[in-house]
Amino acid sequence: MGDDALVLSHRLGEWAGHAPVLEEDVALANIALDLLGQARMLLSFVGDEDQLAYLREERAFRNVQLVEQPNGDFAHTMARQLYFSVYQHLLYEELAAGEGEFADLAAKAVKEVAYHRDHAEQWVLRLGDGTTESHERMQLALDALWRFTGELFEPVEGIDIDRPALRDGWLAAVTSVVERATLAVPSGPQSGAWAAGAGRQGLHTEPFGRMLAEMQHLHRSHPGASW
Amino acid sequence: MAAVTADQTTQGTAGTAEEAEAAHLAAFDAAVAADDRIEPRDWMPEAYRASLVRQMAQHAHSEIIGMQPEANWISRAPSLRRKAILMAKVQDEAGHGLYLYSAAETLGTSREELLDKLHAGRQRYSSIFNYPTLTWADVGAIGWLVDGAAITNQVPLCRCSYGPYARAMVRICKEESFHQRQGYELLLALSHGTPAQHEMAQDAVNRWWWPSLMMFGPPDDASAHSAQSMAWKIKRHSNDELRRRFVDICVPQAQALGLTLPDPDIRWNEELGQHDYGEIDWTEFQEVLKGNGPCNEQRLTQRRKAHEEGAWVRDAAAAYADKHSARSGTAGATAQPVEATA
Repeated sequence: MGDDALVLSHRLGEWAGHAPVLEEDVALANIALDLLGQARMLLSFVGDEDQLAYLREERAFRNVQLVEQPNGDFAHTMARQLYFSVYQHLLYEELAAGEGEFADLAAKAVKEVAYHRDHAEQWVLRLGDGTTESHERMQLALDALWRFTGELFEPVEGIDIDRPALRDGWLAAVTSVVERATLAVPSGPQSGAWAAGAGRQGLHTEPFGRMLAEMQHLHRSHPGASW
Repeated sequence: MAAVTADQTTQGTAGTAEEAEAAHLAAFDAAVAADDRIEPRDWMPEAYRASLVRQMAQHAHSEIIGMQPEANWISRAPSLRRKAILMAKVQDEAGHGLYLYSAAETLGTSREELLDKLHAGRQRYSSIFNYPTLTWADVGAIGWLVDGAAITNQVPLCRCSYGPYARAMVRICKEESFHQRQGYELLLALSHGTPAQHEMAQDAVNRWWWPSLMMFGPPDDASAHSAQSMAWKIKRHSNDELRRRFVDICVPQAQALGLTLPDPDIRWNEELGQHDYGEIDWTEFQEVLKGNGPCNEQRLTQRRKAHEEGAWVRDAAAAYADKHSARSGTAGATAQPVEATA
């Protein structure tokens, strides 16, 4: 969960200064910052946040492949946001209601995540039901990222929740938004030949290594330094 | 301010229109002299309006171009804490851009129009953002020196004669002061870190010191807009006066950091009670203003690219708004304001 938030935060941070309108520069940075906050809390549960973020190699990261996907165009970023924020919202709601070790943290984060979900839904509606071009781009983006969504519902050690129920809730919510946006829910498989659960086992897609090289370079160049 | 109503100028003969104009100007001058705030609906000289649009647009553009040199390091920030601070700062800058465009719009222009002028190279942004961020320490040097210079410039603008600008500056200065302290603290961590970190910090200060002094603009005897801006109380202090105040602030801060300023001529002038400093390279300043700085081309190209590549997104949002307001039975995106139906 911490790696999911850390990696998606990094990707959203790449938008800074590149967004289609100033309001989105603010919104995307805001979401990135929320996710980074969540990542820091979650990583600190396990150990030293900087050691975990900067000194692990690709094969030791446990994030889902969805969040490491490159930003692409604005529609790709919003498709990734829709898929992930709906999942994260449902997951955190359930964890917040339970008594597990993440209950307090989830209770705090669920408010942020509800905002991320609303932001993504509003944009999927606007792009899907906007112009012909935006409709096509949004559909392409939903289709392209669909195969990374199956992984969201693979069992995770230490998090005891009803994964099939989570998947049903997620599918219903995503279907509702996609249909209101006059788009079609992608029909292909929700995972590649061996991709489902791969990120959780440290098997990632090729762009991820390059992302880590950039993220970790400075920290690794000065071993033991404090910043 | 108490202004003469506008229809007095349209009803009379040419002679009385001139008299009305003179009365407006007298009321305006009196309001400025009394330190009253000029508000958007008040009469103001066209040159005052034009001068404010120019300055506020340049200020807004500086905020959004200024995101680039710092955003350059978000993906490489060396700790998660520093990364969060930097992201928050860049987010604030976009917010400052929004405040300032809104304030400029009260003068009868629009954000779209101002952005078009920026993209066409017809309006400027601060010369400082044409310098590159080459190391992580540059993020700290920008916080300490560039934000520090901006604050020295902007605090007096909180008392500027134009109300919406002055109020925007109050909000912006609070956040800028926070960023400035964070930048200083970043440099402090480096200057007291490993020898390599210390060297990185010194190198950044060496490269950013002179460009920061140039942020105050040309010397007083070569500043085209200064005298009029001061008469209108848009500006409260001259360029050189603010520049010297900044040097006086920075000298002890540099000592506390354990870093040196790259100017052998800086020394305390007992007689004047202030620091003397060396000659600024005004040729370099002019070259950067003309577009020949290290990053002018890159900054403007990236800004244009973000705008052009985002056009389909803005079009989609507008088309969606039109469709949905039409479906709910109102008159579309160009619906009458609420007051008109009341």
